[in-house]
Amino acid sequence: MKYKVTHTTQYYYGEQVPLCHNVVHLKPRDTERQTCLSHAIGISPSPTTMRERLDFFGNPVEWFSVQEPHETLKIVAQSLVQVKGGFEPPTGLWWPAWDEVARMLGGRRDAALLDARQFTFDSTFVPIDAELAEYARPSFAPGRPMLDCVVELTNRIYSEFKFDSGVTTIGTPVLDVLHHRHGVCQDFAHLQIGCLRSLGLAARYVSGYLVTRPPPGRARLVGADTSHAWVSAYFPDYGWIDFDPTNGLIPAVGHITLGWARDYDDISPVRGVVVGGRHHRLGVSVDVEPLNTEDRRPSKIMPL
Amino acid sequence: MTIQTTDNLLAQPRGFAAAYPGRQNGRDEMIEPDGSLRPHWRMFVNLLDDLGPEEIPKRWEQARRLIRENGITHNVYGDPNGLDRPWNLDLVPLLVPAAEWREVSEALVQRATLLDALVADLYGPARCLTEGLLPPELIYSNPGFLRPCHGVGVPHGQWLHLYAADLVRSRDGRFRVLSDRTQAPSGAGYSLENRIVLSGVLPSVFRQCNVQRLAPFFITLRQTLVALAPANRENPRVVLLTPGPYNETYFEHAYLARYLGYTLVQGNDLTVRDARVYLKTLGGLQRVDVILRRVDDDYCDPLELYQHSFLGVPGLVEAVREGNVAVANALGTGVLQTPAFLGFLPAICRRLLGEELKLPSVQTWWCGEADARRYVLENLSKLVIKPAFATPGSDPDFGEEMSSAQLEQLAARITARPADFVAQEHVESRTAPVMLNDQMQARRFVVRAYLAADGGSYAVMPGGLTRVTASADSLVVSLQKGGGSKDTWVLADGPVGQSTLLTTASQPVELSRGGGDLPSRVADDLFWLGRYVQRGEADVRVARSLFGRLTDSVRAENPGMVPALVSALLGHARVRLDEGATATMIHEVFNPAGYAGLRPAIGHVQGLVRALRDRVSADAWRILQGIERDLTDFDANLQDDQSAGVVHLLNRLTIGFLAFDGVLAESMTRGQAWRFLDMGSRVERAIAVARLVRATLVEVVPDETALLDAVLEIADSSLTYRRRYLTQLEAPAVVDLLVADESNPRAVAFQIAAIEQHLADLPREASHPQRSPHRQIILELRTRLRLADLGAACHPSPAKVRTGLRDLMDEITDRLEEVAEFVSQIYFSHAQTPRPLAGPGEETLK
Repeated sequence: MKYKVTHTTQYYYGEQVPLCHNVVHLKPRDTERQTCLSHAIGISPSPTTMRERLDFFGNPVEWFSVQEPHETLKIVAQSLVQVKGGFEPPTGLWWPAWDEVARMLGGRRDAALLDARQFTFDSTFVPIDAELAEYARPSFAPGRPMLDCVVELTNRIYSEFKFDSGVTTIGTPVLDVLHHRHGVCQDFAHLQIGCLRSLGLAARYVSGYLVTRPPPGRARLVGADTSHAWVSAYFPDYGWIDFDPTNGLIPAVGHITLGWARDYDDISPVRGVVVGGRHHRLGVSVDVEPLNTEDRRPSKIMPL
Repeated sequence: MTIQTTDNLLAQPRGFAAAYPGRQNGRDEMIEPDGSLRPHWRMFVNLLDDLGPEEIPKRWEQARRLIRENGITHNVYGDPNGLDRPWNLDLVPLLVPAAEWREVSEALVQRATLLDALVADLYGPARCLTEGLLPPELIYSNPGFLRPCHGVGVPHGQWLHLYAADLVRSRDGRFRVLSDRTQAPSGAGYSLENRIVLSGVLPSVFRQCNVQRLAPFFITLRQTLVALAPANRENPRVVLLTPGPYNETYFEHAYLARYLGYTLVQGNDLTVRDARVYLKTLGGLQRVDVILRRVDDDYCDPLELYQHSFLGVPGLVEAVREGNVAVANALGTGVLQTPAFLGFLPAICRRLLGEELKLPSVQTWWCGEADARRYVLENLSKLVIKPAFATPGSDPDFGEEMSSAQLEQLAARITARPADFVAQEHVESRTAPVMLNDQMQARRFVVRAYLAADGGSYAVMPGGLTRVTASADSLVVSLQKGGGSKDTWVLADGPVGQSTLLTTASQPVELSRGGGDLPSRVADDLFWLGRYVQRGEADVRVARSLFGRLTDSVRAENPGMVPALVSALLGHARVRLDEGATATMIHEVFNPAGYAGLRPAIGHVQGLVRALRDRVSADAWRILQGIERDLTDFDANLQDDQSAGVVHLLNRLTIGFLAFDGVLAESMTRGQAWRFLDMGSRVERAIAVARLVRATLVEVVPDETALLDAVLEIADSSLTYRRRYLTQLEAPAVVDLLVADESNPRAVAFQIAAIEQHLADLPREASHPQRSPHRQIILELRTRLRLADLGAACHPSPAKVRTGLRDLMDEITDRLEEVAEFVSQIYFSHAQTPRPLAGPGEETLK
């Protein structure tokens, strides 16, 4: 499946600002599931400096400054992404048990485990907490295969929490989300990451997009037209598997990955500092347009 | 004076040492376990004894005065009176023999080299992690590990340029490292000040003891910093980045900046353009090559590091990454302060340097490891518990001081999050003598030793900052908690040569008379300092005249005068003065919480002078301290009847302000810094006169003579007036003298002429061919005053109001404020604060 993603961010400062610096995570990284065929970023007014590099987690990051007085800043990122077919979750019980995985991560074995290990600790927005472990516990019986556990946890968050875009902000603590049972995609992603890490498992935050237009006969998925976020969990000897607690499914051909990190703070799409200005307003829009129609299978909906 | 020559005699503690409590404890710096004086102390103790018990308290007082007068201070957090606490220095230094110090130095150099290699590894190949020499938690959940710094190159591959180690000395005499200071080690400047003060009050003792000098260390540091410059190698611009005047050791930042010859800057003084760092100056942006930082690394760039920091420079990390600026210590070195690393250093040393670690750390257990945790929990009451990761401002828990309930709680906290804790053995440390009054007492101590990168290796400061506990049984060495400091004398084997930082023959000083590199923020601060000093002086003058006229008889004779003066002082006359007029006014004028009165202006002056520490002379600082002392003493006696005291105080304050103003103006070269100070002062003086006239002479009071007399007194123009008009007091003549007379240095017109000249001389003015708006205003105002018909303006309306005078005074005030506004827009506007842009919030991210 080939998509053209257009992600537009616009800041209105209310008065002229002489200088702004930005770090943006807007270029989709290449993964096992996808290839970024082309990427371009347009900025108005034109930046004087612009550089691209990889961040600590291997995500492409672009750095630029606008050094002329401006009242609005417009960032348009356009990417052409080829996404491969979906992941078929194996149903057998041959996966390691979750508690075995936690033990493996606690010891030091190989480079892959060591790399996964960094996603088992607290991060800016995701604390390790006994309450989170408590919430997850019913799905994590001792010795139960990890995949079953995580699928069930994903579905529980999907069904027990209300999607509500007016009540939380980026600063809302995960425990508040747990207590009030509502939030948006990044809240649910942070919540599930917190649950997994509090049990000693490795989980990372995935930033990305959802297909905007649903296939005929299907409802639009929540989170289209904007940035989306979900979760990835580490399975030793296999690798990372994504889970979308906001939609209760395993992402596949309809999810386009920008990058991953410990939580939103590491990989927010646009991060900037302006000098001066009063109250700024922000407008964001995302359009994901399928360029071919041959493979329109939806993301795999998991059995509830 | 007879110097005993027999070793035996010298070894016997006599004089001060005879009654020293440290004699008995068997682990003292000065006394051998057998009770005799250690050899390297004998010379010093005997010289001290020769001074005698009468002289010692005098020298001690002399030291305290030097400290006060040089303004050596530190700030204590969380205490409203904690700003500018005088520095506490003991008269007895810590003495270390040359050979002993050589051994410690060698070990310290190895340790600095090791830490430098470790930080390079952590932000590079991370072998310590992959080879299991450090547990991954200690990196991945370490708040000091700055991911944006990973893979960043640093000049010469060197990360650590200034390193300090806190050393304790155990009973057996071995030094052990209590903690490593790699972030932005503080105290080197205080060591230098300690040395200056102590060698000043004990000159002959200092000379005869052959103490190694500190200056060569700072020369090395300066050379190291210059060599870091990525460009402009011949004459790089080095700045010292401070968090600002409220930081604990701000005095030291200002002191070191001045001593090393660097510009002292706050984050806001710098800006990043094209991934290069610039200093915002009046003359425009000037390239910065090297930043010596006293801001913690995670606060240095709100763009890529801690987002809500106001102390940093947005874009700094990228500028470093591009190799356009060098930061010392490199961003990321704070991670080395992690207490939990201590236990792993011996193995890391073997791996990275192929050597055994020479200088052991105080034994440290990281509770993230099961065996260590078990040991710690079983021995909690004997250990010292600290956070595993460097946590500014946190206090260690001493197991031996805790109740069993407290120990249980601590154990529960450790069990819940073991990886967050370390435990350290409680070293039974040696004591050192301190002089209290005329007695020697024993105190525990910690020595902070300093190293500066020197080529590929490190140079050790021969000396350091020794800190002692506040009392004999106190366990924590903390200046925040009332402990004291000592100079550290490393004794040479022979006579010591002189060296000073100011003249090094190899690098002749480049002559410079510039001033265009004045940071905009400093110009802004100076402008406001000028204004507040004048405001303070004007208020004090009004208050002095007012308090002298508060007696019942004066008020009965001139009913309109006191309210007019009250309104000149407070901006309103809504104060009931029937009974206890003096007490009421004292409350109004000196109320620390009041918006009017003297406090706000004095408070602003203090704040600004603090921020301008590196630009204000020691004399000016001293005068300001005097003003503060007078006010404090007055507060302390406020219960008594103060009618006499208050006039005395106001006289002193008037003199204080005059002196402060004079010293400020006279000690500054006539460059841009002085220009902004003087301009602020002129603007405010003109406004003060206009306000005074507006408050007192617009509404005509019956029998104006007494009021006119007071107004002349306040405006310091009585003598001139009497010389001209003898005793005839009339409003138009008074107004002419105070407003329009260009020859009276107190008159509005005089200030305006001065301001006009300043504006013409400002940088960038020459490049504007047409007159800028602020100069236009001043020209208009000057003309207006020259043409004003003051006789007509002073003619009251039937309602007894001088409307012409009122309008003229309002015009002066308004237009001068406009000029001030224009100046600040043109010269200070790029001193704007950077702010983070909000990321997409809840309405945009689903």
